[in-house]
This record gives sequence, structure tokens and C-alpha cells, in this order.
Amino acid sequence: MIISTVYLYWLAGALLLFTALLVASDKDHPRRGWSALFWADLGLLFMVGDKMPAAVVGYQVLGLTAIATLGGLKKGPTRRLDAAVRMASALRLRAKLLLPLLTIPVLTMVGSVVFKNTRIGSLYLLDPKSQTVAALGVACVLALLYACWLTCDTPVQAMRQSRELTDAIGWTLVLPQMLGMLGTIFVHAGVGDSVAYLAKTYLTIELRWVVVAVYCAGMMLFAMITGGGGASFPLMASGIGVPILIGVFHGNPAVIAALGMFAAYCGTLVTPMAAHFNLIPAALLELPDKYAVIRAQAPTALAILVVNAVLLYCLM
Amino acid sequence: MNHVANFWPLMGVACVVIGFLLRLNPMLVVMIGAIGTGLAAHMSINEIFAKIGEGFISYRNLPLLTLLPLAVIGLLERHGLREFVQSAIAKVRAASAGRLLIAYLFVRQVSAGLGLVSLGGHVQMVRPLVAPMAEASAQARLGTIGERARQRIRALAAATDNVGLFFGEDVFVAVGAILFMQNTMRALGIEVDSLQMALWGIPTALCAFAIHAFRLYRLDAALATDDALPQGQSTPAGAV
Repeated sequence: MIISTVYLYWLAGALLLFTALLVASDKDHPRRGWSALFWADLGLLFMVGDKMPAAVVGYQVLGLTAIATLGGLKKGPTRRLDAAVRMASALRLRAKLLLPLLTIPVLTMVGSVVFKNTRIGSLYLLDPKSQTVAALGVACVLALLYACWLTCDTPVQAMRQSRELTDAIGWTLVLPQMLGMLGTIFVHAGVGDSVAYLAKTYLTIELRWVVVAVYCAGMMLFAMITGGGGASFPLMASGIGVPILIGVFHGNPAVIAALGMFAAYCGTLVTPMAAHFNLIPAALLELPDKYAVIRAQAPTALAILVVNAVLLYCLM
Repeated sequence: MNHVANFWPLMGVACVVIGFLLRLNPMLVVMIGAIGTGLAAHMSINEIFAKIGEGFISYRNLPLLTLLPLAVIGLLERHGLREFVQSAIAKVRAASAGRLLIAYLFVRQVSAGLGLVSLGGHVQMVRPLVAPMAEASAQARLGTIGERARQRIRALAAATDNVGLFFGEDVFVAVGAILFMQNTMRALGIEVDSLQMALWGIPTALCAFAIHAFRLYRLDAALATDDALPQGQSTPAGAV
């Protein structure tokens, strides 16, 4: 393929290495040594991580965790243009400032829908295994060039700004990846099988509403533990959904599947394990309470869980 | 298979839960959970770290979603993106934080239901646009707002993006979650039609919109009451 996700990993890696360089040379940064090391190692893992022996990568992840845990990552000083200058620029450019921003989703959609199976010669244009990510990469590069042209600024300056945002996000950037890794370890160690065994042994299966309640609660609970529906859904579907809700009560499989997944999403809304959705936004919005988004979502999630369970009971 | 031996890896899960409850650094919690689970499953240290490395690399594409748009957003913010948004909103008297977020919930959920999941997002939309717009409209409406109110608005903006995405995307046939469910059920011997699953998602999607929109509607009232109190005082229990 012409635009492979590997190029995007190199791009991300280069961005992180550049961030590391900027941090290392910033005399006002409170933790420039350790922060630079963190970003540099992460950038390295992006670029050549798949070529290293797996255990070596594992030890590096341990190193990154150590730096993050022991306070090696502190936010650096921000360098903003003077407020008056920013205001003047806002007045000059007005709504045009939104255009490069909106280019990203528009081009991503155009890329992943229109150019999905496009070929040039014998090569696919976009990586066939992940067209959306490849399209996103291209969209961001084009949007960046557009933004530079619009603001008469340079890509290098853009990368300096991205360094500040990366600094603000900190180690939460890597957390979704860490949790995905944890999920694979759980599966490899057979955690899912133990739980299914427990469910089958201790559940009263005569009362339909009890089974529905346990199914939904289980979906939510394991989504909370594992950070998403990916592990929760197969576990509850194989433990309760198929053998009992379909096997015993002859429910509609489409309803049981769809509403089961929604129950899992209720769990995703309230767990710190879903870092991409709950912790990164809190860091990105510079909220002092890192669980602020979870707190804001919890009432909605619990209400939907109950309503969804009732719907499942009625519609199945 | 020996069922007793199978339960030890659950200690790893317990470690993770306890670690999060103790509010330890999440990266540390994950590492302890991974190593603990591996040890309980009788894996060697080298094997554990190899699995950690493998898993870490296989999920490399997740940070891309956050990293790639950052340069664009950073540059636009440098040149006054937030200031423009705030001054634009200040001119629109009718908007309020709650109503703005309800509109965003609608747009996010409907576009996700049409498969356009990239029309929102925390990095692309919530931080640069939606959160500042909500804050600015609350400010324009109420005069000044305290720091706590600001944070609450921002947290709710992020919450709205998540709720809209989660309860909209499963209504689209070709989304990852629907295909995942179909594969899982098929492996368990049940064939399910993806269109059926998408359609049955609609009742819950509508309820999710109603529930969250109602909370956002209450936000404006809560902000107005909060504003009447001196900064630093807590709001009455039961408020949003």
C-alpha cells in the first residue's frame, strides 16, 4: 500500500522525538531530563518498537512507568503569544480559523469512504487493514499545511505548540495502550474462563429478570474492570447471553447482543480504565480532578443502565 | 482442567481494582496488575515482560488518534482560535451552556449513527471548540462564572461527547462494534443480522439522548444558582 500505518508510526515517533528535543533544551522546564527521556523512549518505541525483542519493549515500558510514577513528568512552561496579538489575529482571521480544524474530519471521511478501495497500479492507496487511521493521518498532514498557510506560520512552530499540548496530556497519552496490553495479559492468563465458571455455578436461572439484571450488571462491571466492551462482551455473551437468555428463555439474539453492548458502554463511561475517553479529556481540558469527566458521566450512565435493562427485559 | 488453579489470575484483576480505588498512578496499577496476573498464572518473568511488550506494540495505533491532530490545533490556538470562538459566542445572546451542549449531543449522536464518528472527538472538537463555546456562553449569559463552574462545564462537555458517541455509533451498520458482536455471536454458534442489531439499538439510543439532554437542561438552572453564591461555596445536593 502507498499510505501505510507504518509511516504514521514514524510520523508520531518523529513528533515525540522532536518534543523530547524541545523539552531537553528548555532551561525553564522543571523536569527536563526525565521528561525528555520519557518522550524520547516513547518516540523510539513508535518508530522501531516492532523490530525490538518483545521482552526489551516490556522492560522499557517498565522504565516509562517508573518515570511517570515517580513524578518525572511535569508540565513545562507555556509560551503563548501576547493576548493582544492573539486577539488581533482572531479578529483578522475570524471564522477561517475553523476551516483547518474541520478539514480533519471531512478529509478523514472522504478518505475512508471514497478512497477506501482505491488502487494506483497494483498498490492500494490506503492501508487496507486500517483505512480510517491512514485517512486520518493524511487529513492531519494536509490540515497542518493549510493551517500554516492560513496563519503565515511554520510547521516547526506548530510542532512547538504540539509539544505544549503533549506536555499537558503527559503520561495519560500512553494509558489506553497500557490497558489494551493488560487486556491481552488477562486473556492469556485465562481470567475470562474463571469468571464464566463462577457465573454458571452460582446463578439462579429460573427468574428471567434476575438473569437480565446479572447480564447487564456483568457487562457493566467487566467493562469497568477491563476498560471497554472488548473483553466484557465475549465473556458475558458466552457465560449468560447465549446459554441462558437465548438457550433457556429463547430471546431475540439481536436484541440481547445490541443491548448487552450498551450495558457495557455504561461501564466504559464510569471507569478510569477507559483512559482514552475519561482520563485523557480531563487532562486535555486541564481539569485538576482527573476523574472529573467520570463524575460528570456517572448519573447518565447509571440511568441508562437501568432503562436499558428494562428495555432488554421487555424487548427480548 | 484444575479450576482452583484457574482462579489465581483473578488476583491480578483484584490488584487492578484495588490500585484504582487507592488512586495510585494508573500506569503503575496496570504494570502491577499485568505482572501480578502473569505471576499467578505461573509465567516466567521474561515471559511476562515479553507479553507486556507484545501487547504494548499491538495497541500502538491508539495514541495516533490523539497525537496526529495536535500540531494543527496547537497552531490554531496560538493564533487566537479560542479568542475568536469566545467573541463569536458573546454576540449570540440566546445560547446558554446547557442548550449548546444539548445541540452538540444531538449532532454528535446523529452523525455517529450515520457512521461519521470522526465529526467530534476530544482533541478535535471538545477542547478547541465545544468547551470554550460552552464556557463563553455561560459567561455571556451570567456575567462572571467561578472556577468550579468552569470546570463543571468543561467536564460535562467531554461527557456529552462520550455519551453521544457511545449511544450513537452502534446504530450504524458498518461500525466496529457491530461487526465485533456479529463475530463473537457467530463463534458461539448464533448468526445475528447486523442490520437487526443496529435497529434494536435505537430505543436505547433515544433514551440515552433524553436522559443526558435532561441533565444538560438542568445545568443552566444549576449554574445560575451557583452564581448567586460567593465563590468557593458548594451547591445544594441534587444539582447537576
